[in-house]
Amino acid sequence: MTENGNGARSLSSIRVRRSIIDQSKRAHVGHIGSALSITDILVALFAHVLDPAQDVFVLSKGHAALAHYCVMEQMGAISREKLDTYCADDTQLGVHPDHTLPGVRFSTGSLGHGLSLGAGVAFAKRMAARPGRVFVLVSDAELNEGSVWEAFMFAGHHKLDNLCVILDNNGQQALAPTTDVIDLSRIGASVTSLGWECDRVDGHDVDALVGILQAPGTGAPRFVIADTLAGKGVSFMERQVKWHYLPLDEEQYAQAMRELS
Amino acid sequence: MRKQFVATLTELAVTDERVVLLTADLGFMVLEPFAQRHPDRFFNVGVAEANMISLAAGMASEGFIPFCYSIATFASMRGYEQFRNGAVLHELPVRIVGIGGGFAYGSAGFTHHALEDVALMRVQPGVGIVAPADDAQVDRALRDHYARPQPMYLRLAKETESHPELEGHFRWGHLETIGDGDIVIVALGSMTGVALEAHRRLLADGVHTVVAVAASIAPAPTEDLVRLLASKRACITIEDHRPIGGLGSLVAEAIADHGLGVRLIRRGVIDRIGETSGSEEFLRRRNGLDVEGLIAAVREVGLVPA
Repeated sequence: MTENGNGARSLSSIRVRRSIIDQSKRAHVGHIGSALSITDILVALFAHVLDPAQDVFVLSKGHAALAHYCVMEQMGAISREKLDTYCADDTQLGVHPDHTLPGVRFSTGSLGHGLSLGAGVAFAKRMAARPGRVFVLVSDAELNEGSVWEAFMFAGHHKLDNLCVILDNNGQQALAPTTDVIDLSRIGASVTSLGWECDRVDGHDVDALVGILQAPGTGAPRFVIADTLAGKGVSFMERQVKWHYLPLDEEQYAQAMRELS
Repeated sequence: MRKQFVATLTELAVTDERVVLLTADLGFMVLEPFAQRHPDRFFNVGVAEANMISLAAGMASEGFIPFCYSIATFASMRGYEQFRNGAVLHELPVRIVGIGGGFAYGSAGFTHHALEDVALMRVQPGVGIVAPADDAQVDRALRDHYARPQPMYLRLAKETESHPELEGHFRWGHLETIGDGDIVIVALGSMTGVALEAHRRLLADGVHTVVAVAASIAPAPTEDLVRLLASKRACITIEDHRPIGGLGSLVAEAIADHGLGVRLIRRGVIDRIGETSGSEEFLRRRNGLDVEGLIAAVREVGLVPA
């Protein structure tokens, strides 16, 4: 494992999750389930995989940006005071990430844009013979968007092996489980058929994630299915569709923090 | 006009390695000069305009200047949200090249008629909109402005056009005016030929008009318009575009914002949905966007008491 500076050593999933709960409670804002779902993926990436000098990260599922903010704060990229402005008036930290933040190449929020943007960066890097990889974190429901498939086809055809897509495969979308809306249980075969390498990993096992994500593609872009739980770490949120949107009350907050101690 | 675009871009790409040409599988017998000269910077991304526009933003964020080529309808609308949230939001030098504004793809039918592209692009802040009148303006506009830092929309005609009266001038944020008179005809780039022919025939009848060619739509040529219209009786705008949101609206906004007293007539595409198709000439005529229609509009406004 590599270590990304001093901030990385202090980065721990449990602290990021506690911070997510704190900020959600203070701001009275939802999307908690999504943020908890991607926490371990971000910890693996930011503590052990990403080289900030040359790699690019795109949070295509922008609604989970709170997890990214909490990671930034723990790594020292933004201050605690700044994190405490989450969803306040005149803040740089809205529900969805803003490209003026450190390490945020693209503002996101409208689903289905990140993969095309990331593919453009990867393609340009290859044209200019520049080093660095591009990591795009997508949600499962986001794959319902058609333009994502335009990008899958493009990246596969052009064998963009500097591009890695991580699927936060938590099986839930805004209104229902993905199996009830658009079933993605054969997603790996679909993407592989377009010229991608596909891996599957426990999206809450940081060591396993690091092992998979550190390996670059070999002549093809990589698609990593990270099996996750929406609301991971808080028992009453796990696998509960309603925690895509709901904010926390006092009692729920207390219980969540007890479970994350 | 599209061939001139490719010729000039091919030349610019020789000295500027940032220039990249993307196409969404269109441009047969048009794009080959660029593709052959710069095979490492020409990419057919497939029939996938939305992806093309976002790819371009990603590439621009790495320092490239990508030109995204397609028919104007697809170029301006299939990837519109990608353009808004990508190049516009991040202020990146992506160029959308829309071929065949208005009825240029006449008999191809409604799906190929670009009647709202200018309106869509005008509402996005910071986007440069260039609608050249002829090949010389395409060349001038590209050479002078291809590397500007902001996103751009180029609205190009299919066929070669030449209007020597313009002497190839193109100025960012300005009008090019021809003639003098009490009635002003403001023409979207593509309507320049119609406007100049109407101007000539009216002059032969002793009716004096000014033709103001609006090839730089954004930034809007507001100062020129205000100066030009302040002392005139009437103004007629003509565009192969819906009368809402395009050139007519631009001129109306300038008149309203500056409290000018000039009478305004807006001529644009008034066809309803579901009308029959036909050639560009036929469709323009049906909408009063031909020389006779414009002359009639000028004579009509000429009857309004000063």
